[in-house]
Amino acid sequence: MIGELLLTAGMIILLFVGYQLFWTGVETGQAQDSLKDQLFAQWADDPRLPQGTPTTDPTAAAAAAPLTLGDGVAIIRVPRWGSDYAWVVVEGVRIEDLRRGPGHYPDTALPGAVGNFAVAGHRTTYGAPFYNVEELRTGDEIVVETATSWLTYAVAEITYPVPVDSSWAVSPNPHDLATPPTQAMMTMTTCHPRFSSSFRFLVFSELVETLPKGDGVVPAALAQVA
Amino acid sequence: MYPWIWRHLPGPWPVKTVLSLALVVIAVSALVLYVFPWAEQALPFLQVTVEE
Repeated sequence: MIGELLLTAGMIILLFVGYQLFWTGVETGQAQDSLKDQLFAQWADDPRLPQGTPTTDPTAAAAAAPLTLGDGVAIIRVPRWGSDYAWVVVEGVRIEDLRRGPGHYPDTALPGAVGNFAVAGHRTTYGAPFYNVEELRTGDEIVVETATSWLTYAVAEITYPVPVDSSWAVSPNPHDLATPPTQAMMTMTTCHPRFSSSFRFLVFSELVETLPKGDGVVPAALAQVA
Repeated sequence: MYPWIWRHLPGPWPVKTVLSLALVVIAVSALVLYVFPWAEQALPFLQVTVEE
């Protein structure tokens, strides 16, 4: 009887490991597919882009409709992480939001807006969007696609390990908390070291290019990998 | 435990086999859909946000 219980416990633990390593990735992949479909459908109907005419006002993206937790916000691409790397960032950083993809800290700036577009992402399991975060180098480009724009951010600073209670990192102006922000930046947070929660890993980037979307318009950072 | 379940399943052995497999599927589904998502909240590497 005890042997059976121990065997059963062992099976359940093995199943849990399999679930973590394999099934969570499948779930996240499915969520990402449907998020992409939703975002593209929503963007196709975007009133700010009548019949493919590019908007000339990049700040319009910041004035978009209010987001609900779990909604798709934007698509991030990081050439350093491969030409097929494209993840929908969802609104919110609750556990259930991060199951669906990297999450936008709700009170932080939207992509392209002055302030800090802050995103948290898993480094292990659930598709591990920030798996290769340690490969990033200063100057690497991160392309954020919104309804109306291609926004290219360049990595300015990589900081790790930092303590868990580093909420300053997602404040509007992390480098000078007392001063209001004057530039658009992006912060990515994930855990460090991998498979641990002792510390956090931070990547700060600055907006270097804003391109209105239009037929055939592709930011230089993506043209290189295509 | 397992012999006890086997004895209490109705029908001849092919029916018992099908019923056993069904029980396994139910148990695994319950674990994956409800128990594991709850249990993993305690896992350290799922915590990726900075806090106050």
